Amino acid sequence: MEFDLLINAIIAGLMLGGFYAAVTAGISISFGMLDIVNIAHPGFIILGSYIAYIVNVHFGVDPIVIAIVALPAFYALGSVIYQVYYQSFEKHGQDSLRGLAFFFGLLFVTEVSLNLIFGVDYRSVDVPYIGGSVSIGAMEFPVRMLVPCLVSLVMFGGLQLFMSRTFIGRAVMAVSQDPPALQLMAVDPIRIKRIAFSISIATASMAGAFLIIIQPVIPSAGREYIGRVFAICVLGGLGSLPGTLIAALMIGVIESITSTFYGPSWSPAVSFGLLLLTLAVRPSGLFGR
Amino acid sequence: MRTPAFILILTAVAAALYFAFNLVGNDYLFFAGYTVLQYIVLATAWNILGGYCGYVNFGSAGFFAIGVYTTVFFYAVGQSIEEIFPEFLVAPMQAIFPIPVPVLIVIAGIVAGFVGLGMGYLTLRLRGVFFAIATLALTVVLETFIVNWSFVGGSRGAYVIPPNEVPIFGHFIQFLFALMLILVIVALTTSRLIERSKLGVGFATIRDDELAAEASGVPTLRLKLVATVVSGALMGMAGAPFPYYIGYVEPGSAFSLSYAVNSIAMPMIGGTTSWVGPLVGALLLGTLQQVATVTISSAANLLIVGLLLIFFVIIAPRGIVGLIQDRWRGRSKS
Repeated sequence: MEFDLLINAIIAGLMLGGFYAAVTAGISISFGMLDIVNIAHPGFIILGSYIAYIVNVHFGVDPIVIAIVALPAFYALGSVIYQVYYQSFEKHGQDSLRGLAFFFGLLFVTEVSLNLIFGVDYRSVDVPYIGGSVSIGAMEFPVRMLVPCLVSLVMFGGLQLFMSRTFIGRAVMAVSQDPPALQLMAVDPIRIKRIAFSISIATASMAGAFLIIIQPVIPSAGREYIGRVFAICVLGGLGSLPGTLIAALMIGVIESITSTFYGPSWSPAVSFGLLLLTLAVRPSGLFGR
Repeated sequence: MRTPAFILILTAVAAALYFAFNLVGNDYLFFAGYTVLQYIVLATAWNILGGYCGYVNFGSAGFFAIGVYTTVFFYAVGQSIEEIFPEFLVAPMQAIFPIPVPVLIVIAGIVAGFVGLGMGYLTLRLRGVFFAIATLALTVVLETFIVNWSFVGGSRGAYVIPPNEVPIFGHFIQFLFALMLILVIVALTTSRLIERSKLGVGFATIRDDELAAEASGVPTLRLKLVATVVSGALMGMAGAPFPYYIGYVEPGSAFSLSYAVNSIAMPMIGGTTSWVGPLVGALLLGTLQQVATVTISSAANLLIVGLLLIFFVIIAPRGIVGLIQDRWRGRSKS
């Protein structure tokens, strides 16, 4: 009996981890590769959730489809934000302190705006598969978790392929290490950074849709993801996508086991505690270079 | 200006303010004023670490909440003395409890100072950005502990009932208001002292170039620890009277993100390089928020803070104080 519980906790954790991977992908790119501390990322994820919610309520479209349609819009949003960030901070080589405050302000403004528009009630989407579950033997796979996890893994694989196989992807990896060298290759580092940052924001659209499939969403839900997301990103060794995936699955499993055996109210402390510990003991992450 | 003179002037201003409010005789004025004063302390405390050293602390709400829950803890102990202490201690404990608010403030400052020291040890070897994220993480860890700690109310929250009347001051809110005024004086004086001492110079070297500072023999880690302790302690002190002010505390309100945002936004808007900046920022934003809460809505006032923060960070990096200084310099040149 205890064993079944543990197995199911691990499975739930792995699926949760798959979802966390999607949530962290954006941070892994912006923070890990570009050194832009986009602390507002969870805010954009919640924004994605609400867009999925609005369209779903009115037209009954699947949130994931909505998220894919919304990708260009999020991409554009990312471009605009990067442009502002570049013009006002990065260009002057300003310390990250003000950039940090800038993103913190963005996070706050997003949250409060959603609060003003939608109120503080929990919102959820209506999709036929939300209640169902697949079971193999004693193992349970709630579809509500399974679908986001699988789509997230596909997205993650796509991102990894893009980063390692295409010219722009490789340029993104390069820009984090040596922008002048990139310029010698006749590539504009600013353009590459803009593209990468826009992609990172675009992933928020997908993550937002996953989030609202998994659980009802309130405007302030983004906050609890800040620490989690950075914990995963740091654990995974900044900017390494495979590392991020492994760290995300790990955190998912640990959180799931904690909430199964000690109660859900303890689970937020797990990832944050791990983050503090990682930062104190091994800041380069488990899989750091 | 010498420090004693500075304190004297501040005290005179504070006393004048107190008596002016008393003349108007409206309790609301004290309630609103208390909130603004609380923000002055928070903003000044944040600035000691954030403005002087350049280390962004997102965890102001955590330190504030440590103060809040120190009070709640001792209040809860005071409520159940018979159950907690052995027989022979009951009588002396009953004499001690309820602990007066000024003492609570001091205790809260000590507790928050220690947490600041611990956080510093854990995180200050990190690059600035990681430090900022770690402070955020610390806040959530603290909140989780409080949510799961039923003695101080857990997620349900706890009631802290203030006595109605206080000798000399009359209504309790006037007493709290006066305490906050004293805290403001303490915070501003500390901040100004640091700014003008060797400590402040050391802090500035950390902010400008930590590596170079360390290479030239500045004991950076020790200085940063001093900053986290002082800053944390002041924030905790600002939180201690809060349960008495609000009457009912739950983790959501004690750890509210608006404390973190405000204590960053206020120095950023006012200017982070001197003690005047946080004061100006807090007076301006705090008052604006009080007005907006009454006239528009409390959600809208937070939106204003967020937008102002973004606006000032982009347009006026040195804050209002910086703008005014530029203006003066421009004039003296022409």
